[in-house]
Amino acid sequence: MLEIKCPYCGKRSQIEFSYGGDAKLERPKLGTEVSDSEWNEFVYYRNNPRGEHLELWHHISGCRQWFKVFRNTATHEILSTSKIDEKIK
Amino acid sequence: MSQKYRLNNIGYINRNKKISFSFNKKRYFGYEGDTLASALLANGVHLVGRSFKYHRPRGFLGSGVDEPNAKVQLNKGPKTEPNISATEIELVEGLEATSQNCWPSVFFDIGAINNFLNKFFPAGFYYKTFMWPKNFWYRIYEPIIRKAAGLGVAPLKPDPDRYEHKYEHCDVLVVGSGPSGLASSLAAAKNGAKVILAEDKPRFGGSLLVDEVTIGNKKGKEWSDEVITELKSMPNVIVKNRSQVFGYYDHNMMVMFERVKDHLQNPKKYTPRQRLWYIRAKETIICTGSIERPLVFGNNDRPGIMLASAAKEYIKLYGVLIGKKPIIFTNNDSAYDTAIEFKKNGVSPLIIDTRKEVNNPIIKEAISLNIEIKFNHGIANTKGYRKIKSAIIGNFNDDKSGYENLKEISCDCICVSGSWTPTVHLSSQSGNKLKYNENVDAFIPHQSRQNETTLGSAKGTFTLKKVLDDGFKEGFQLSNKITNKNVEIKVPNSNEKNYKEHEKLWCMPLPKNKEYKRFVDFQNDVAVSDIELALREGFRSIEHVKRYTTLGMATDQGKTSNLNGLQLVSNIEKKVVPEVGHTTFRPPYTSVTIGTIVGREVGKHYRPTRKSPMHEWHKKNNAIFVDAGLWLRPRYYKKNNENLLQASIREAANVRKNVGVCDVTSLGKIDIKGPDSAELLNRVYTNAWLKLPIGKSRYGVMLREDGIVFDDGTTTRISENHFHMTTTTAQAVNVLSHLEYYLQVVWPELDVNVISSTEEWAGAAIAGPNSRNLLGRLFPNIDVSNDKLPFMGYKEADLFGVPSRIFRISFSGELAYEINVGSSYGNFMWEKIIELGKDLKIQPYGTEALSTLRIEMGHVAGSEIDGRVIASDLSLDGMLSKKKDFVGKRSLNREAFLNTKREKIVGLVPLDKKSMIPEGSHLVENYKAPLPNPKLGHVSASCWSVEYDNPFSLAILKDGKNMIGKNLYAVSPLKNTNIEVEVVSSHYVDPKGERVRS
Repeated sequence: MLEIKCPYCGKRSQIEFSYGGDAKLERPKLGTEVSDSEWNEFVYYRNNPRGEHLELWHHISGCRQWFKVFRNTATHEILSTSKIDEKIK
Repeated sequence: MSQKYRLNNIGYINRNKKISFSFNKKRYFGYEGDTLASALLANGVHLVGRSFKYHRPRGFLGSGVDEPNAKVQLNKGPKTEPNISATEIELVEGLEATSQNCWPSVFFDIGAINNFLNKFFPAGFYYKTFMWPKNFWYRIYEPIIRKAAGLGVAPLKPDPDRYEHKYEHCDVLVVGSGPSGLASSLAAAKNGAKVILAEDKPRFGGSLLVDEVTIGNKKGKEWSDEVITELKSMPNVIVKNRSQVFGYYDHNMMVMFERVKDHLQNPKKYTPRQRLWYIRAKETIICTGSIERPLVFGNNDRPGIMLASAAKEYIKLYGVLIGKKPIIFTNNDSAYDTAIEFKKNGVSPLIIDTRKEVNNPIIKEAISLNIEIKFNHGIANTKGYRKIKSAIIGNFNDDKSGYENLKEISCDCICVSGSWTPTVHLSSQSGNKLKYNENVDAFIPHQSRQNETTLGSAKGTFTLKKVLDDGFKEGFQLSNKITNKNVEIKVPNSNEKNYKEHEKLWCMPLPKNKEYKRFVDFQNDVAVSDIELALREGFRSIEHVKRYTTLGMATDQGKTSNLNGLQLVSNIEKKVVPEVGHTTFRPPYTSVTIGTIVGREVGKHYRPTRKSPMHEWHKKNNAIFVDAGLWLRPRYYKKNNENLLQASIREAANVRKNVGVCDVTSLGKIDIKGPDSAELLNRVYTNAWLKLPIGKSRYGVMLREDGIVFDDGTTTRISENHFHMTTTTAQAVNVLSHLEYYLQVVWPELDVNVISSTEEWAGAAIAGPNSRNLLGRLFPNIDVSNDKLPFMGYKEADLFGVPSRIFRISFSGELAYEINVGSSYGNFMWEKIIELGKDLKIQPYGTEALSTLRIEMGHVAGSEIDGRVIASDLSLDGMLSKKKDFVGKRSLNREAFLNTKREKIVGLVPLDKKSMIPEGSHLVENYKAPLPNPKLGHVSASCWSVEYDNPFSLAILKDGKNMIGKNLYAVSPLKNTNIEVEVVSSHYVDPKGERVRS
């Protein structure tokens, strides 16, 4: 079980969190023209890298904040965690 | 009654406390401190079980977790437990154990015929033989094989014992209390670290319990006892025996089970049987020691053939001689200790050493004690069916490929030693890349991936001085990284015997023209010939050889067989062992009961139960409850002998005719506040929200980004910047996460806060023509007329002094209101409603009547919003704003979603007006059509329409709008029904929605 450092609450066990997917994903702005392929990319296509991955987690059984986790998917090492509006360290 | 094989003056058992137990229904006794194995051996019992495949008689090979043979069934009834190692069971009064895998008895076992037919049971036998004919596998082969194979019997009743879970954090976790573990624990603890020391066995000390060594001028055991006493006295140390760390997981999380109860003579009522510990350690020191490797020779599995270290342990810990005419068979020095121990206790052993004459101090000691040694000899075969009787030994020829001068020597036990295998399981599980070490001929930890350090013989260090030096040093250094206290203690001096190298010979040759079975894996009956066959048949990867032969796949997970198997493969393939590699070490290290893993989360504690504040009232009024997610909701209120259908019809009809009240507390509620609240709703809902007036509710539909309907509900504007959102019971949690995601991640510029208020409010829906009358009685101070409180209106008012919210919304399709009060007033509200509604003929109604009412109105719920439908499928096209963008809108342009022939919600009425249509039925044109019969749709919800007094169902049907008026068949192969139905509008009752507005 991973130990994840919530930027608001500190280190907690994985059971308190839920995974939220690729953190680099950007939702197209509302009300703008979006091509089929762009929309497809946004809704369906995800990378599944072996190695470093910036991802979203939700502290669902804690402060209920979404935040970013920079993690190695091969070793499960967590390189850093940061608030949504922070740059990754 | 004296025990034939028990010594009087040695061991750590309590001879003042006799314990009686039974094995295969025969009574024996042992002493406090015995294991089942040591007590049986003291009574001269060696035959304890039958092997898995050939049903060969088997005895004890080891004395601990490595035991492959002596698996027994423990106790009876719901407490019975299969596949337990007799070597690990501590003796308690009244213990009952029986042999497994044998019928009718361990002495005479029918299955042993496999042994004589073993030519027909090579590796892969089952894969090869039972291939044909295909349908025979399920009907004939599999049931018979299942009966013949398998070890113990699983209990059929729920486990009556209690199991606990515990979470712990520490600076340093030390696994194992041998010399490394004691040294590193003491050093870390003295340096101020929070330490957990975990020992699997009941006694601390590991090898110090049996080895003749001194530390700090004390006997090893004495030093060990002192260190344990000191550690136990320190407030920063947790010392645990009977505690097996069995898994090493990510981020230095260790899982350990502690045996709390089984060894106690008089446990207290609520003592848990076992406790599962989750330990998050900053540093882990693995001191798991090593396991002796057996030697492989002809018929090396007979009862009485045992590891030399185990034989020594039985003497030194339990005062039990495993035999009185022992042969010690070894390729190294350490087995000489066992021989000397026998000799000291009055038994003369014969040592058979594979090595050519060597001149080591320990051999000199053996010679000086007049112990007979045969160098350059091997055991070719053994005799004795239920117990070893003799060994056929021979002088090796020059290249050790055969023997000269074979002769038979009688014996009553053989103690084998093929040197030592470091226990690297936990290190490997931590991600440590193991490396083969030529000196110890085994894999040892190499590069740590987590904060893990392996010490002592688990790392291949076999000299006490180095073990202690490393232990104290690492204990200090690792703890100092955390505590920075710089308190270092001195390493005590030590003294031990010197051992020399072992010979690299494990598998003895067969005599010419002999084909004795030479077992590598005892529990799964994998012999040398099976591994040879697998390689001949082309299996190369060690993982494939393992699965084909089942080497190392038994309950002991190959603790004694893995390396002999690898060695054999590398010899045959003419490779070195590191090229062959090793199979994966997976947790758990030893068997763990399922009860321990699930802990207290069983039965009704499997998950939390949510109850509304009115729950007790429902119970008192004969409510039959149903699970709705975690909630318990009344399904119906039983009157007299009513069944579910009768009760739901009565309750629903009363709503249509008079007035009913339904507990809607479980509905998800989200409180939304902030200047951008309306903007948020406008983005997540498909319809327009910016202009919703204060004091009004609106129905909304949410989509996922892929365009599929996510949830629906009503949201009310309480004030300019304050909304009250409701969600379905099922999606309450997900909708909140959804809103939080968009607010925090996608649109952080929106100034809105959301919080779940589901449990803040108790909710009651009053529905039916009399509901306005009732509302007026409940709130005499407000005007409840249709003008002042119209459909989708909202008012705040006092319910006899209790602040309340009144929403004029309706799920039943009748004139209806939902009243919310603070949860603690829920019961007060409910009782007032019942009291004041009495003469209006109020009745409570449950979820079944609620479903009936919404189905015949054509209102969609979870069974329609099933994660596969878009808004237009549910005839909710009108909810999709054309003027604004919203979550999921862009997906609605997908080709498949624009198809005009898509599924659509419709109603169904059976032509006979009396057959209930099973939910899940498929709709087809012709039920007699050949398969595959094209499916046109499915039945999502069914009820008995109280309005029309006939069955009615909702269905999702292809091109549904154009199908209205047609007849189809609803077929349910599960219920074996074909019902002819007419397709009608989904709005079966009050299609214009006049009642809700009345």
